[in-house]
Amino acid sequence: MQALYAQLLVGLINGSFYALLSLGLAVIFGMLNIINFAHGALYMMGAFCAYFLLSVMNIGYWPALIIAPIAVGIFGMILERTMLQWLSGLDHLYGLLLTFGMALIIQGVFQNYFGSSGLPYAIPDELKGGMNLGFMFLPIYRGWVVVFSLIVCLLTWYLIERTRLGANLRAATENPTLVRAFGINVPRMITLTYGLGVGLAALAGVLSAPINQVRPLMGADLIIVVFAVVVIGGMGSIMGSIITGFALGVVEGLTKYFYPEASNTVVFVLMVLVLLVKPSGLTGRAN
Amino acid sequence: MTAMTDDTLPVTPRTLRDEMIAFGIMTVLLLIVPFTGVYPFFVMQALCFALLACAFNLLIGYGGLLSFGHAMFLGTAGYVTAHALKVWGFTPELGILIGTAGAAGLGVITGLVAIRRQGIYFAMITLALSQLLYFIYLQTPFTHGEDGIQGIPQGYLFGVFNLAKPTVLYYVILAGFLFGFLVIFRTINSPFGEVLKSIRENEQRAISLGYKTDQYKLLAYILSGTLAGFAGSLKVFVAQNASLTDVHWTMSGEIVLMTLVGGLGTVFGPVVGAFVIIAMQQYLAGFGQWVTVIQGVIFVVCVLTFRRGVIGEIAHYFRRSL
Repeated sequence: MQALYAQLLVGLINGSFYALLSLGLAVIFGMLNIINFAHGALYMMGAFCAYFLLSVMNIGYWPALIIAPIAVGIFGMILERTMLQWLSGLDHLYGLLLTFGMALIIQGVFQNYFGSSGLPYAIPDELKGGMNLGFMFLPIYRGWVVVFSLIVCLLTWYLIERTRLGANLRAATENPTLVRAFGINVPRMITLTYGLGVGLAALAGVLSAPINQVRPLMGADLIIVVFAVVVIGGMGSIMGSIITGFALGVVEGLTKYFYPEASNTVVFVLMVLVLLVKPSGLTGRAN
Repeated sequence: MTAMTDDTLPVTPRTLRDEMIAFGIMTVLLLIVPFTGVYPFFVMQALCFALLACAFNLLIGYGGLLSFGHAMFLGTAGYVTAHALKVWGFTPELGILIGTAGAAGLGVITGLVAIRRQGIYFAMITLALSQLLYFIYLQTPFTHGEDGIQGIPQGYLFGVFNLAKPTVLYYVILAGFLFGFLVIFRTINSPFGEVLKSIRENEQRAISLGYKTDQYKLLAYILSGTLAGFAGSLKVFVAQNASLTDVHWTMSGEIVLMTLVGGLGTVFGPVVGAFVIIAMQQYLAGFGQWVTVIQGVIFVVCVLTFRRGVIGEIAHYFRRSL
């Protein structure tokens, strides 16, 4: 039983990353009509940012949790201003190809300087150790990742679905021309949206640094799983992305316990099943 | 595919004539390669990738479907052919046949799933499917995991042609490439190809005219996958191995890159693109991961400033269709 709970926890942690990443993909897709293939690379940059802050400037985990998403977010906004914005009006596919190229560049540069092996990042002192819950031993850091990710996801949902800023954002997704006519600076909003989505990815990167080690390719395989998550959940709803992300993480964790050979493939198999039964995705509207 | 349609000229006898002339030049150039002292292994490898990119281009350039998982056909056909030759002792022609058939079967299965979504989702689904296959091949015993299938006997094609001789192998590969290329060329200029283009331009309208567009797209996908598999089977004789790199997503990305550099939706673009990218990899082999970075830069530059690709730009300049 201990092992089952442990795998469930690992599943929830992976689910947190799926949720944070697919949330960002969905928000970016809504505004920019681009599937951001560089998302995994930017997630990796978040982790490396935390690593540099600690090893070079001796800035610890807590400030990194804020600094890294902002720094990577600004980097993302520069990418949007200098490159992505020129693609508006073109076929979606060019956005995918451009961001794929960006991912190759970022990952390649990091691989050149850091090889492919992992760099350690210590768990902050405040979150070291664990708790005995009676039925299982809970490492505090892992519990923290799940709870904190959930809070960030819900805050993002609140920001987009319940605030005035979010209302403007959703309106601009539906009809950018009309929203501009109301005097709202839509291009700036698009840039900020990209920054927000990228910042969420970087935040996930910082959270994963103490668990998964910091590696140049840490985001490369993850992003493909997140694509499958997005196909399963559909990108129509924010809450849908969050729930699908966590749920698939749990399913993956259960698979690791009951049938470990399939743990790598279970998300993809589920994607196939969902496509056969409900092609528009669990929460998506027909396209 | 708004950006690509600008260049599409109606098929007139003149465009067909241009393409015939270009095909003739290409064939002559490829026929004389063994007499020029160019490293034949490089050209054979490039020819396999050229056919692969042409097959990929059939799907995106004429059907408007971006597959980000075409490496799965390359890898699957490669594994099947390699296994058939080495373990079952098949003759080369049977090995190629069964490898290509394997890719066709994979095309039917994955096509039925992938075709259910359009546009950007189609790309994500094909990528996920190829990753699924990657993990399966990583775990199944017959692929020998990280090592791959090595030391594959080349044998005698039809019992006559000794494929261990580089020159003989070169002409066999060339014949295979030209065969695949002509199949694609014929498909593009057939009524089927015209319907495919109309689906790319305006699917709703094609539906309203009574075409079952899903069936057309599925058929194009299967055909593309089968030809990509054919290229994968040929490649086994050149490389004499079949490994996980051929199924990895980086390979799928390279196929996309070759086609993009040469020109999406052009007849000869993928061939040029494949030679450019393979040559680049040869010359930069010593630079490690910088090759990845350079490929990324080419992607970015092509998408931002050079969307027509090499052949597309030439064709646009001369107002011809190539």
